[in-house]
Amino acid sequence: MKTKFFSLLLWLGVALLGAAAVGGIALNRGESINALWFVTAALCVYAIAYRFYAAWIAATVLCIDETRATPAERLANGRDFMPTNRWIVFGHHFAAIAGPGPLIGPTLAAQFGYLPGTLWILIGAVLGGCVQDMVTLFFSTRRDGRSLGQMARDELGNIGGVAALIATFLIMVILIAVLGLVVVNAMKHSPWATSTVTATIPIAMLVGLYMHKLRPGRVLEGSALGVILLLLSVAGGGWIDQQAGLRELFDHPGLPLAFAVIGYGFAAAILPVWLLLAPRDYLSTFMKLGTVILLALVIVWLRPEIRMPALTQFVDGSGPIFGGKLFPFVFITIACGAISGFHSLIASGTTPKLLSNERDIRMIGYGGMVLESLVAIMAMIAATVLDPGVYFAINSPSGIVGKTAAEAVATISAWGFPVTVEQMNLLAQQMGEASLFARTGGAPSLAVGMASIFGSAFGEHLLALWYHFAIMFEALFILTTLDAGTRVGRFMLQDLLGNIWQPLGRTSWYPSVLFSSAVVVSAWGYFLYIGVIDPNGGVNILWPLFGISNQILAAIALCVATGILVKSGKLGYAWITALPLAWLVIITSTATWQKIGSDDPRIGFLAAANSLSDKLAAGVLPPDKAAVAPQLIFNQQLDAVLALFFAALLWLIVIDMLRVCARHLSGKRVPPLSEAPHYPTRLEEAWQRD
Amino acid sequence: MATRLNSLLRTLWRAIRRLSGDDGYERYLAHHAAAHPDVPALPRRVWFALQQQQKWSGIKRCC
Repeated sequence: MKTKFFSLLLWLGVALLGAAAVGGIALNRGESINALWFVTAALCVYAIAYRFYAAWIAATVLCIDETRATPAERLANGRDFMPTNRWIVFGHHFAAIAGPGPLIGPTLAAQFGYLPGTLWILIGAVLGGCVQDMVTLFFSTRRDGRSLGQMARDELGNIGGVAALIATFLIMVILIAVLGLVVVNAMKHSPWATSTVTATIPIAMLVGLYMHKLRPGRVLEGSALGVILLLLSVAGGGWIDQQAGLRELFDHPGLPLAFAVIGYGFAAAILPVWLLLAPRDYLSTFMKLGTVILLALVIVWLRPEIRMPALTQFVDGSGPIFGGKLFPFVFITIACGAISGFHSLIASGTTPKLLSNERDIRMIGYGGMVLESLVAIMAMIAATVLDPGVYFAINSPSGIVGKTAAEAVATISAWGFPVTVEQMNLLAQQMGEASLFARTGGAPSLAVGMASIFGSAFGEHLLALWYHFAIMFEALFILTTLDAGTRVGRFMLQDLLGNIWQPLGRTSWYPSVLFSSAVVVSAWGYFLYIGVIDPNGGVNILWPLFGISNQILAAIALCVATGILVKSGKLGYAWITALPLAWLVIITSTATWQKIGSDDPRIGFLAAANSLSDKLAAGVLPPDKAAVAPQLIFNQQLDAVLALFFAALLWLIVIDMLRVCARHLSGKRVPPLSEAPHYPTRLEEAWQRD
Repeated sequence: MATRLNSLLRTLWRAIRRLSGDDGYERYLAHHAAAHPDVPALPRRVWFALQQQQKWSGIKRCC
């Protein structure tokens, strides 16, 4: 009784503190606000959601059964099916779901001010993203760890299965293109960044050779060696930057860098995994965890002030980084960190095969996403501690603010975010860069934010090192996602092509490997190429497309979950997935509608194509722009078709899910529940006996 | 106190090895000895190459 009272008091305290923090963030106007309020608000919201909402879903909606044997126990094979300690599974799951997305999205969405993005990250995660991850993990665990595509086919029918497959492939293509663009924009005319990022490739190969040939399987030794070499490469890049003969080798505009990234992607897809992909992934995982923990500690220790206003005038849709009003574009821009459909591919298929008991599902599914959401909050903090003028100068493409530094600062200062050429030059000099203007994409501004936070903790003289460390760290796992994504795309394509001509489906037949890799690489390479030559910064086009496709995948996962809930006779609880699904349908449909039909060339693909072809016909374009205009026009039209296709895919699967539910409720035949039969777990007994 | 710290560090080290997959071969040997005692186990190098190939044939990394 007494403990019950104290726990009530404790949670009441957490609720009050959380309400005060969220209220403080939301209602603050004009005065600067401390970053610690963001962390407090986030932690309180997560704690309450995890303790009450997630626990209620686990106990009442899903009816988690601790006595039931998981697939890891029943099908244990010592390879992928393996009962594993919950903390180890949590680590694997988190390392798999948290990529560069939650760092980039919030940085871009900061153009609306700190408030909309922060609220969406918190609310979207606890009511949407975490629920999606948790229920997908649960349903896949109950179905022998089957993938989302297989579950969609089993539970809803073939339409769902095919839609999931196509959405996964397309999201992969767009994702890789936009991530490639982020890396290219970070390396553009920066010998230091380019040489450091280049050095990560031989370092990864060296580690691969070490782990494969020299000391097979000694993962920690190899990784330690690699991490030391990576840190040296950051310092080495600074040295190269000072050498007159050497620095020119690494000083390139965007286009050659884009081709280098495309060539690298192709090489990585056809090289054996042990040589490049696997060792690079060890390194990027260690770097990612280390840097995120360091960033969290330093934010709590230094408690930096947020300089960005709560809301900027760009909520009206005229934002320089990407066009479009607050609704729906803040929800599209931040997918990872709030709700990311990609997670459903990890939460089905991979993680369920490791779970030793169903009771871990809340911690791993819900808790893993909570942690990713916290990473997104930290990215938001790192972007908003910058002077808003500096933030916009780094992130606004030259097509919007003007080509020269003087034009850019004049435009940005006229928006009410004062910044000077001297300030930007000093900052660039401190960061060891020639210029920080027009580095759209999020990585450089996040790196400046991180460098200034780390710099004030560990000394200003190391700013340039911290900046390039942050760039290296982001590029490292962006390139890992690029390798892994190209590979997965290749497997999916081979799977598909195998139906047409059987040999093409063999994943070890070299001609098929070369052909399908080339197809996948050219698909994302095309969007990357267009993104680089687009003077308005391809981020304006590619990031919304990526957000839409990622959330359509989330909608597919939520459709599967809603369908299963209804079919299991839990109609009364189906709102836990149906509400986030409805919200996703609203925002993605609105965003697609605007991206296709808007009259504003900054938002509408067709309006942009028309405005450009009018200008081309009138002959007002300078020759360099006129030369690429036909390609840009074609691309805008292609993007419109793609967006329309995404929306059609979404509505198709939603209607299919509703059809299955309606048939079930009216007593007609539907695909039966594919849940595996109940076997009692023997693990606990075995542990007790040992 | 010293022994508690010692055992804490030991647990931490085990967790790090487990998370990174550093102890993967040892776990494989244990599983293999229990499940197929009559079949010789794969050598470390072959096992590691096979395991990496399997690991990277599905979706393992997200955005």
